[in-house]
Amino acid sequence: MSMDRRQFLKIAGISTVLGLGGASVMRGVRGSEAEASHVMTNEKALTAKRWAMVIDVSKFRTEEEYKRLIKACHSIHNVPDFGEPKDAIKWIWTDTYEHTFPTQPNEYMGESVKEKPFVLLCNHCANPPCVRVCPTKATFKRKDGIVMMDQHRCIGCRFCMAACPFGARSFNYKDPRLALKPEDENKEYPTRTIGVVEKCTFCTERLSKGLIPACVEAAREIAKETGTEPGMYFGDLDEPGSEVRKVLSACYTIRRKPELGTEPSVFYVIGGEKNA
Amino acid sequence: MLEKALNGSRRYWTWVFFLLALVGVGFVNYLYQFKNGLGITGMSRDVSWGLYIGQFTFLVGVAASAVMLVIPYYLHDFKKFSKIVILGEFLAVAAVTMCISFIFVDLGQPMRVLNVIFHPTPNSILFWDMIVLNGYLFLNIIIGWMTLSADRKGVKPPHWVRPLIYLSIPWAFSIHTVTAFLYAGLPGRHFWLSAIMAARFLASAFAGGPALLIILALIVRRLTKFDPGKEPIQAVGKIVTYAMIANVFFLGLEFFTAFYSQIPGHMDSFKYLYTGFEGHDRLVPLMWTSSVLAVVSLILLIIPSWRKSESILATACVALFISLWIDKGFGLVIGGFIPNPFDTITEYWPTLRESLIATGVWALGFLVLTLLYKIAVTVREETSGIEIEH
Amino acid sequence: MKLYDGGKIIAGLIIFFFLVTFPFFLNIGKVNAKPEPKIDTPEIQKLAEKKCIESKAFMRAEHMKLLNDWRDSAVRNGERTYVNSKGKEFTISLQNTCMHCHSNKKKFCDECHTYMAVNPYCWNCHIAPKEKES
Repeated sequence: MSMDRRQFLKIAGISTVLGLGGASVMRGVRGSEAEASHVMTNEKALTAKRWAMVIDVSKFRTEEEYKRLIKACHSIHNVPDFGEPKDAIKWIWTDTYEHTFPTQPNEYMGESVKEKPFVLLCNHCANPPCVRVCPTKATFKRKDGIVMMDQHRCIGCRFCMAACPFGARSFNYKDPRLALKPEDENKEYPTRTIGVVEKCTFCTERLSKGLIPACVEAAREIAKETGTEPGMYFGDLDEPGSEVRKVLSACYTIRRKPELGTEPSVFYVIGGEKNA
Repeated sequence: MLEKALNGSRRYWTWVFFLLALVGVGFVNYLYQFKNGLGITGMSRDVSWGLYIGQFTFLVGVAASAVMLVIPYYLHDFKKFSKIVILGEFLAVAAVTMCISFIFVDLGQPMRVLNVIFHPTPNSILFWDMIVLNGYLFLNIIIGWMTLSADRKGVKPPHWVRPLIYLSIPWAFSIHTVTAFLYAGLPGRHFWLSAIMAARFLASAFAGGPALLIILALIVRRLTKFDPGKEPIQAVGKIVTYAMIANVFFLGLEFFTAFYSQIPGHMDSFKYLYTGFEGHDRLVPLMWTSSVLAVVSLILLIIPSWRKSESILATACVALFISLWIDKGFGLVIGGFIPNPFDTITEYWPTLRESLIATGVWALGFLVLTLLYKIAVTVREETSGIEIEH
Repeated sequence: MKLYDGGKIIAGLIIFFFLVTFPFFLNIGKVNAKPEPKIDTPEIQKLAEKKCIESKAFMRAEHMKLLNDWRDSAVRNGERTYVNSKGKEFTISLQNTCMHCHSNKKKFCDECHTYMAVNPYCWNCHIAPKEKES
């Protein structure tokens, strides 16, 4: 068989492409040990159809209490504090009513609500725009409703930050380890790397061990110490008897920017003397 | 044909090395950014896209504008564009090269960029943008190269090029429509959440891109023996005029909806950009420069006797290009992030390094453009006097 | 046969040859010790049964694939328990399971990775155990 240079190059090119395909077949040929093993959910893990949170801001009294919630989260998740807003990383933080609910302004509101700090975190929307826009599925919605981040896969395009109407996402503009003292690091949890987006995960790593989110736990501790009711509830929205459903049916609650149709899973009880 | 880019005058090589130097400066600064993160830019938690994505958006428009030459020439048999259609196609190649580079330098984890292909996600507009941009790049390289090399030999291009040319027409519209969809589908960003965004993008693209082409054609005529011709330039001038009128009209529609409805979310970004908002007014001088230049260029373009003077036309095109470059390459992206989701304001301004990296990308684009134009012009000079038909 | 532009071609070939073989020249004379990953950490010494989650041969050949599967399983599917081929359960965690025993990253991980010139990005995020001076 004779062939000219052109034909040779064509065949060489095609066989290279086929060769690449062949490599994936080889990858399938694996040891028997991998086949004999399997993975599963931890038996102790807390599970739900749709995890949700209710925050009753009237239950918090002092600046100190908010700081404890934030510290509970940020210390176990190795969230760095750069001390300036430009490169800030925030999983949970506080802001005023005006900034939390900018589409529901009310200039004649009483001081008690106007000045009250509101706890903010990722809303774990049922219809999350951040998941819709992510080009790599680095952010995705789990079966239990949690909007999760896969830091391994994030390319740092920040499309999710433009898409999130709640400002819940932070980007690692700098190496987070620059702002974390090694002695303050939680050695059981990773840090993040430069150039990826991060946010609250409803403590998936704790849920898998049968623990409630760190902020909710801190709120319960505060309540126990002060002999009051906790300001944060966590539970399954799909379970009529759950803690969150009880509060939702007993109190008037609002969500941030519900008109956008993202269906946040974080609810707020604003005021009143005694609830639930 | 590539060898034609290797044989040039002293002036040509000075220009090439000047561009290479700018690319080098940009590259060194990019390496710094690569190591230290995007914290070296002016971007923040609140304004998470800046100069890079703005320039990307603007340049997608420049790339798409090649279609304004392709449609008259290939669909309407407007023969006068036969010589300059190649300039449009090669401009598109250079512009898409810049677009892809701007996306790349904007990524926080550029080494993972292939994740977009490994984990294809059709619900993400960015996934589609990657597909249409790369497709458009290859279409224009193939079409430009095949038609030019056919011209050089004095033969018709191979028959399979023609369907590709027809395909490139809707494809050009797609790149800018998809780029508009990056913005227009985001809940809670009212400045971008507008059905007319894609139409506005196309109108500004078909004004800005051809305006740049006119400037380039005039430069080519002055520096080489290749004359793109007076009539084609006038014809492109008309396209620029109509497109700019449409663009300003569409912007007016945005203003009307925002300010007649009086919905704060819709008005706030406009207020920030044009009058300043709650004491923050860093972009106001830029936006007014853009507006004034837009009006000036429109006046110069609309009056036929003025437009017919090539020096006035060139002035109008420069004014128009700068106007759109500010409006779309900067104001549009930054304005969407201000105010932020908490209704507070964090302003943005690019840092020196960020600007040098952006300049480097522009220099890279102009380098590609210079080399391609050098090849095209040399071929045209060799075949001058011969009628060509694609 | 006449070679046109012979000087340029030969010069080009020589430059090409040196470029391609540059890494070899660079490493001439350097001692390139065979990597010897160590598993003699105090944590492993304390184990009653000194066995990894799977056989040594499997771990040596497949740990990168296993870690990728673990990553997706834990982060993406929320399945954080691994049941090995013998039916024994382990918590899926590079930081808390693997590195708990293999607390000598430098000798256990880096030794081979450096030798093979592979640069996994695990440690950009995952916190490596504190190395004990030995």
